[in-house]
Amino acid sequence: MRALKDQAFEAKDKKAALGEDLDLSTYSGTEVHHTYLTDLRVLPDGDRKRLLASGVDVSGQGRGGTYLQMDTSVVHSHAAQEGLEVLPIKEALEKHPWVQDYYWKLVKVDQDKYTAAAELNLHNGYVIRALPGAKAAWPVQACLYIEKEGLAQSVHNLIIAEEGSELHIITGCATAPGLKRGLHLGVSEFFVKKNAKLSFTMIHNWAEEMDVRPRSVGVVEEGGLFLNNYVCMKPVRSLQMYPTTYLRGKGAVARFYSILVGNPGSVLDVGGRIVLEAPETRAEIISRAITNGGHIIARGDLQGKVPGVRAHLECKGLILHGGEIHAIPELSGSAEGVEMSHEAAVGKIAQEEIHYLMSRGLTQDEATATIVRGFMSVDIPGLPADLKAQIDRAVEESEKDMM
Amino acid sequence: MLVIEDLRVKIGDKEVLRHIDLEIKPGEVHVLFGPNGSGKTSLLMTIMGYPQYEILGGRILFKGEDITRMPMNQRAKLGVGMSYQRPPAIRGVKTRQMVDICAKAKEKPADAGALSRLVNFEDFLEREINLGFSGGEIKRSELLQLMAQDPDFIMFDEPESGVDLENMKLVGKIIAGLLQRDIPSKTEKSIMAWKGARTKMGLIITHTGYILDYLQADKAQLLYNGVLSCKSNPGEILQCVSDFGYEECVRCVL
Repeated sequence: MRALKDQAFEAKDKKAALGEDLDLSTYSGTEVHHTYLTDLRVLPDGDRKRLLASGVDVSGQGRGGTYLQMDTSVVHSHAAQEGLEVLPIKEALEKHPWVQDYYWKLVKVDQDKYTAAAELNLHNGYVIRALPGAKAAWPVQACLYIEKEGLAQSVHNLIIAEEGSELHIITGCATAPGLKRGLHLGVSEFFVKKNAKLSFTMIHNWAEEMDVRPRSVGVVEEGGLFLNNYVCMKPVRSLQMYPTTYLRGKGAVARFYSILVGNPGSVLDVGGRIVLEAPETRAEIISRAITNGGHIIARGDLQGKVPGVRAHLECKGLILHGGEIHAIPELSGSAEGVEMSHEAAVGKIAQEEIHYLMSRGLTQDEATATIVRGFMSVDIPGLPADLKAQIDRAVEESEKDMM
Repeated sequence: MLVIEDLRVKIGDKEVLRHIDLEIKPGEVHVLFGPNGSGKTSLLMTIMGYPQYEILGGRILFKGEDITRMPMNQRAKLGVGMSYQRPPAIRGVKTRQMVDICAKAKEKPADAGALSRLVNFEDFLEREINLGFSGGEIKRSELLQLMAQDPDFIMFDEPESGVDLENMKLVGKIIAGLLQRDIPSKTEKSIMAWKGARTKMGLIITHTGYILDYLQADKAQLLYNGVLSCKSNPGEILQCVSDFGYEECVRCVL
């Protein structure tokens, strides 16, 4: 621990490789107390709506567990299903020695000032683990909520799918109604063990002056599957992330899907990197970006290190009402017989498609909405229907703002 | 009734339709012949309301309403429909959704499953519309949508193109049905009364005339260089064109 703190301290001013450099001293990192709630239904209406928009249902119905953190405090944490663990990370670090086997094992603590801050001033975060062979019938929901104006919320999450387990997580990050400015620093480390299946669906609902710097790395072992879905459609001042996954075991599979909307004043720099290090591994990165006046940088990087791996990158952008989309797809193969491809396209809605729909009776606005919704709807094989419905709802919700 | 009076249309700098007069009465089906580039598709697109076809003069009346400047979706609601030759693919929009959209224009729900069975298209309901469809699949998709929309006036842009012989029969039968040209085997009315009760109107672009094996057309029009050059019996024009070519045929009739 000592060494981690030292490394973090040394990196506390280190600029990140990408994204606007933020002055951390302009945010507050002090603890904000919220009372622990055994029943989240007592939360005010406005908060409940914001949570629901990010996929978190306060009733807990149809959920295998819930973690809710408001600002720096854990407000609720429990697992509702055998074989699942949901723990606040601070508590887990104190009570369970095994947590040390995962903590900061994938993300480097001295990567940049944001990872350093997450170590130097850790507020909390969650540990969600599916025990070996456990098959979660319901998704676990987790939410990191910001209510305190000007807060830099720093969290660290560990997600572990033990051998042969199946785990689905829906995680929402949101801000309270009326919140303007804040910073979210989130370190997440994913461990998908042999023949395990993990789906992680993250829906972000930030505020116009929020800055967001997630840092995540995952590892997938032999025969494992990692589905990583990301939806960010509401305004945010700046968001920069480049989640990376290593396929370490034979036959491991990772799929990243992201749906991004760049609203006026927003800068979204979102990437996805998958490193194929073992035979027969497969990877897919699919992103859909729409700008409504914002600036989106959609990065994707596939690295094939051994023969016989297959990977595909698809990056599509739609300019709806001005703004800019910069697609940066990268492929690198360092072995014979890697099969990797990418497809990138940026454009506007084709008039021909609008007219086709109008000739079937839709108004111009209805036709545009139909095309935009179609553009954003990607089939995600292996994603439970309920989670797919959450994504669809987030898309529908933001559609109203876009038109 | 569809009435076109002295219609002049340009696209870009080119006048593609010149002084078109056309009248299609309720229950009538017309076929439209003409060489490539003569303006047949332009006429259909103009009637449908495509904005790139600029109207220089004349007017289009449908059911007594002047639709010359009406937006496309309002024409669709009024009962104008079209089967495209090369419709665009729309990513993420499924065939089933298109059926629902079409049914909405008519304000009566459609049973996509049942309708799709009529055109052997059940397996395509969850496919993205027109994406990777073959010529024959596009035809069946267009017909499926039109069945849901059930327009009173339907334009068909080369319904035979890209359709194999086996599917031609199906396509012909469905078009005949859409235009009330199929005579039901059991009807309480006499065949005369049935024919008299027809209200659907059709305008079909055809090069080959194959479609005429499946339905009778009342009149044929020949479009040549943007001018409607001849109105006659469909068989007669087809015969003339096939014997002497378009140029000769236009001359002979004029």
